[in-house]
Amino acid sequence: MIDQVGRHVLLVLVENRPGVLLRVVSLISRRGFNIESLSVGPTEDPTRSRITIITDVDDESWEQITKQLNKLIVVHKITDLTNEPSIERELVLFKVNAPAEKRSEVIEIANLFRASIVDVGKSSLTIEATGSQDKMEGLEDLLRAYGIKEITRTGKIATARNSKDV
Amino acid sequence: MADEKKQQKGTVAIAGAPRGLGSKNPKQGQTMTGAQALIASLEAEGVEVIFGYPGGQTIKMYDALYDSTQLRHVLARHEQGAVHEADGYARATGRVGVAFATSGPGATNTVTGIATAYMDSIPLVVITGQVPRAMVGSDSFQESDIVGMTMSVVKHSYLMQSSENIARTVREAFHIAKTGRPGPVLIDVPSDLLDEEVLFEYPDDVNIPSYRPTYRGNVKQTKAAARLIADAKRPVLYVGGGVVSSGASAEVTELARSMRIPVVTTLMAKGAVPSSEPLNLGLAGMHGSRYASWALDKSDLIIACGARFSDRVTGDINSFAPEAKVIHIDIDPVEIDKVREAQVPIVGDVKRVVTSLTLELEKIDAHPDTQAWIELIGEWRKQFPLYDESVGDLPDEVVPEIAMMKLSELLDPEASIVVTEVGQHQMWAAQFIERELPRTFLSSGGLGTMGFGFPAAVGAAFGCPDKTIVCIAGDGSFQMNMQEMATAAINDVPVKVVIVDNRALGMVRQWQTLFYNKRYSASELDSVPDFVKIADAYGWKAERVERPEDVVPAIKRMLSDEGSYLIDLVISRDQNVYPMVRPGKGLDDVIGVIDSGEGRTMEEGGAR
Repeated sequence: MIDQVGRHVLLVLVENRPGVLLRVVSLISRRGFNIESLSVGPTEDPTRSRITIITDVDDESWEQITKQLNKLIVVHKITDLTNEPSIERELVLFKVNAPAEKRSEVIEIANLFRASIVDVGKSSLTIEATGSQDKMEGLEDLLRAYGIKEITRTGKIATARNSKDV
Repeated sequence: MADEKKQQKGTVAIAGAPRGLGSKNPKQGQTMTGAQALIASLEAEGVEVIFGYPGGQTIKMYDALYDSTQLRHVLARHEQGAVHEADGYARATGRVGVAFATSGPGATNTVTGIATAYMDSIPLVVITGQVPRAMVGSDSFQESDIVGMTMSVVKHSYLMQSSENIARTVREAFHIAKTGRPGPVLIDVPSDLLDEEVLFEYPDDVNIPSYRPTYRGNVKQTKAAARLIADAKRPVLYVGGGVVSSGASAEVTELARSMRIPVVTTLMAKGAVPSSEPLNLGLAGMHGSRYASWALDKSDLIIACGARFSDRVTGDINSFAPEAKVIHIDIDPVEIDKVREAQVPIVGDVKRVVTSLTLELEKIDAHPDTQAWIELIGEWRKQFPLYDESVGDLPDEVVPEIAMMKLSELLDPEASIVVTEVGQHQMWAAQFIERELPRTFLSSGGLGTMGFGFPAAVGAAFGCPDKTIVCIAGDGSFQMNMQEMATAAINDVPVKVVIVDNRALGMVRQWQTLFYNKRYSASELDSVPDFVKIADAYGWKAERVERPEDVVPAIKRMLSDEGSYLIDLVISRDQNVYPMVRPGKGLDDVIGVIDSGEGRTMEEGGAR
């Protein structure tokens, strides 16, 4: 994946306890940086959570943020995927206008993107899609023609490619 | 080598173990209430003094405290005072300061104290009461989210969720507060936990896998540092508060002497290297001497030891020390490259690193040729003194610089601690009070907290009863926590206060004089209150000094008196602190330097 200028991807392995996310997030937002994407979930070890943070900052500030995060007592490990081969995924739910006469068109587009229909209403469809940012943007562009009522994203999760371990 | 190992084991920063009996405490294994377990934990940790103020949600703690013979509770008159007192106690003794406050307003009153300790890396454990767990988040009476409010000014904090965790949490809090880069730790205790029955088992060790400070410096970097020092022509040791918290004064002073390297200190490091050491140039930066600032600015190698390149030291960072390479020794990796790029960063405990560095320098037989550099600085020192009679102070007025010099002469540097408030008087004290030992000059360096100094002096007096505690205050700062006169009076701990009284917020007024056309907006306080009468009301002795010839006799009376004593030292409002680096400018852009024999060189209109 090619990174945008200033875009940084960070995995933060933390204690799975109340208040931990706030400590991590406030450290970043305190400096006025906007978090583009954030997702949190428990890991293979139930006492730990992994936070994936994507944010736009200059490299110097980024180094400071990484060090400051490392300093938090609740942070176990930080992996910077910014310049590493990695896999990024995000799950997106699109609620699209789809009256009966357009429904099959929309379903066809969803199928092309290997997205699935998870809910059908009288005049709308809900599509669940996952994949890279490019793919999601492509799908969004096509669906826009039908009228998107709502987009909900999980926030991106990322992991290093296995080759990194070898 | 064995000697070195032994010495390193004794490093203050790595002594994370309880000072007290730990798991061998006599209450171990007993069943008791949560409140009793909290108090027993503090006893097992070896705490002797707690500064605090009770309230609804801490009544149970205080009830358990009532039975303790080991813990002395000092009742402050304001929670902010209590935290500053614990801070002053910690700075003076090197131990962890402990403060108690109740929920809600009690807790919010601790915030400035906690922030002050955080900025200066002072180990504190602050324990606040919280409303019962079932009521948290319901806007109940005297509820405040103190954990949320203090998140950015604590090293770590706990919102206790289970009474079983009381002992472990206290142990962890003390361990975190005093190891690595020290700092304040907050424990918020919902009061319902204090009623629950618990089996008291105090642990000796902590297991925090995510917290492992680095103490030993990288060997390769240490060697690289030694080579840079060996080749340096204009090196300078830039000594900060980390040298004090690491207990590395002797090692750093020895490094300076053996390699013939001049030393500049930050405000936090005053006393870390003796003032009597000829290589010690004292304070550099905004109100530092020209020779100390120039030594930094014109050096070819800065060896930063536990210092963080504060803007008050460097001035405009872009023009700071353009020819210098930097060796940066700090226990906190965050400080490396934060402000100034380091050619040789060494993360580790200053005491350990400097010990290894000295050995390495011996090994390569380093003798940097610094003679010409030392002579050059000596010439600057002669030409640009910090004070000279040629500045033309009026003979019938008390001159703050001279008063500070006299006070310094009359103090026994081995048996006194000077604590300052924040403002002009703080800078005069930093310039003219000579100190020989670390932990004998206490000041709010990072946060610059007015109202810190006096309660901190009270706290220091509890920690060091055999030393004379002198607080140098301004009339503005002193009024911010002067209620703590009661704390000193009631507990019979003598504190000496010298208020450098100009009936103004002197530092603000100085900036207005120099940069705002003498438009004295909200900076003049007038002669209210009468500090002598205030002191009298609190049962203190006090006198007002208005004439220069009365200064020395008054100080002598103050120092020979056994109790608390206040001197209201009246100075002119127009006295300014010089030299002064123009705010935001480089260390070369200085106002009010004295050029020997020619008086003060002033570029700005009319101020003396």
